[in-house]
Amino acid sequence: MTNSTSGHKRPHGLLYRIYDSDIFYSFIQSPVTMLSALVTAVFFIAAGFAPWLAPFDSFDPGTLDLMDAFTPPAWEEDGVPHFILGTDDQGRDILSTIMYGSRVSLIVGFTAVTFSVVLGVGLGLMAGYLGGWVEAIVMRLADVQLTIPAILVALMIDGVARIMVPFHLRDQMAIYVLILAIGISDWPRYARVTRGAAMVEKNKEYVSAARVIGVHPVIIMLRHILPNVMGPVLVLGTIGLALAIITEATLSFLGIGVPPTTPSLGTLIRVGNNFLFSGEYWITLFPSGALVILVLAVNLLGDWLRDALNPKLR
Amino acid sequence: MISYVIQRVLQAIAVMLAVALVSFMLFNFVGDPIDNMIGQDASIDDREAMREALGLNDPFIVQFTRFVGRAMQGEFGISYRIQRPVSDLIKERMPATLELVAASAVLALLLGIPLGVYTGINRYSWISRVILTISLVGVSLPTFVIGILLIYLFAVTWGVLPSFGRGETVQLGVWSTGFLTTSGWKAIILPSVTLCLFQLTLILRLVRSEMLEVMRTDYIKFARARGLSERTINFGHALKNTLVPVITIAGLNIGSLIAFSIITETVFQWPGMGFLFIQAVGFADIPVMAAYLVLVAVFFVAINLIVDILYFVVDPRLRADKAVAAGNDG
Repeated sequence: MTNSTSGHKRPHGLLYRIYDSDIFYSFIQSPVTMLSALVTAVFFIAAGFAPWLAPFDSFDPGTLDLMDAFTPPAWEEDGVPHFILGTDDQGRDILSTIMYGSRVSLIVGFTAVTFSVVLGVGLGLMAGYLGGWVEAIVMRLADVQLTIPAILVALMIDGVARIMVPFHLRDQMAIYVLILAIGISDWPRYARVTRGAAMVEKNKEYVSAARVIGVHPVIIMLRHILPNVMGPVLVLGTIGLALAIITEATLSFLGIGVPPTTPSLGTLIRVGNNFLFSGEYWITLFPSGALVILVLAVNLLGDWLRDALNPKLR
Repeated sequence: MISYVIQRVLQAIAVMLAVALVSFMLFNFVGDPIDNMIGQDASIDDREAMREALGLNDPFIVQFTRFVGRAMQGEFGISYRIQRPVSDLIKERMPATLELVAASAVLALLLGIPLGVYTGINRYSWISRVILTISLVGVSLPTFVIGILLIYLFAVTWGVLPSFGRGETVQLGVWSTGFLTTSGWKAIILPSVTLCLFQLTLILRLVRSEMLEVMRTDYIKFARARGLSERTINFGHALKNTLVPVITIAGLNIGSLIAFSIITETVFQWPGMGFLFIQAVGFADIPVMAAYLVLVAVFFVAINLIVDILYFVVDPRLRADKAVAAGNDG
């Protein structure tokens, strides 16, 4: 199908259009949002470039020295300046482990949300556009799953799936099992929103027109309806990322998430928790702090996005 | 009304059967139950005999029906890890979880409703703003982080409260309670606070927004005009009308308290069902997992059913709406 407006020249470049938009205006009007965007960006950069930015390569046993174990943070009496946040039981620099841990947390979070979105939006589109028994089955399933908290669903799926994986593969497969579990636990929210939007869109004239000229239903759903339901999905997805990070951390903390060889923030907190009683608070409290700040920043960004994309509030 | 109830009950039964099917398949098809029971070095004849004795050669439907029948009698087989009947384990652990959940629910309601009323009435005072900001941070704190922080402050730094276990318990028939000893009360403080915080913020925000809405209605203005005291208006007229949604949400959230108790119990080594479940997952103790799965599903389905029906009974407007809708249809 040809698009007659695609060749139309815009008067200004992309940067100017972003600068000129309502969303950018509401962004620079809100200091809290700018701060949370900054914090999120710092986390993304620190996590994404951890192998180059981190002061130490925490997971290369060759660089570790057990003599460095349990060094307190730099401002404490026995602290050493180059281990700013102290070290853990194996002499690993806490700041570096947090950077590597955020990397795993963010990767799992992103992949799990993407999985949820694809699953939820796909089923939601089908339910909304096709109606009938497809809709009945999908929405019933969503209703039933929504009565159970997402974290419990993730826990159950994770627990069951882990057992199905052969024992010697469990550590390697743990991250995929986790992504699967978190992804499945959160699809109903996307399905509901997408279905609602798709039901509105399917009665509009452009959809009728496409149908009349014989466009395949799958193409109508993906090329015509999908772009018009992405706004709310984007908002849900941002908040969903915060939720996925929390869920991942919780499962890892409970010991059924990613293994200590490639720790996420949750695994770090779990391992550090063993030393809380002997007074080595930094091993567990700093990763906890990092987790809370990351989640709070992403949540605030999601809240802002929801208001900024909602035309009723403008 | 009756058709509505029947519809809900049928739906509940369908959900229960689905969960039972999942847990049955887990039990029968993940790993070989014979391996788990008699070990790898039994002879093939022994295995076949055991297979026959356990009825594992029967058709799928027969096995599933038997599983459901046994589950209804609370019979889930023997734990691989502890080598005792799962039903006994659950019976021992259930009181701990239920006491924790009850304490948290009471705490969330006792603190959440007054704070919600306060922030709803004194909308612009700085105390309200502080409370709301704290509650926002509270939502972002994962349950286990709250637990760790509380342990660090109250158990490690100040050493005033215990950080694990239930303290001394007293056996009342089949029920072991921690509410009759001082150490039991001390032990439940940190876990129940940890577990209730999320629900507390939820109830607080709900009561606040309901109060704000109710305070704008005409009958409150009319009550003011009649010269009733602020106290009568706030608590006698306004609060009463906010309670229906609060009861619903609080009821539904007992389910999520049970879910989150898994985390709290693990942090505080609380000897309840959630802790049992997490240990079972770690050891691939399938009978315990299957039993927990079914039990939690029973809780959720029962709570949802009760709340749905209560909602209908408590709020006369719903019945009227339904009647009008039915009238329009006909």
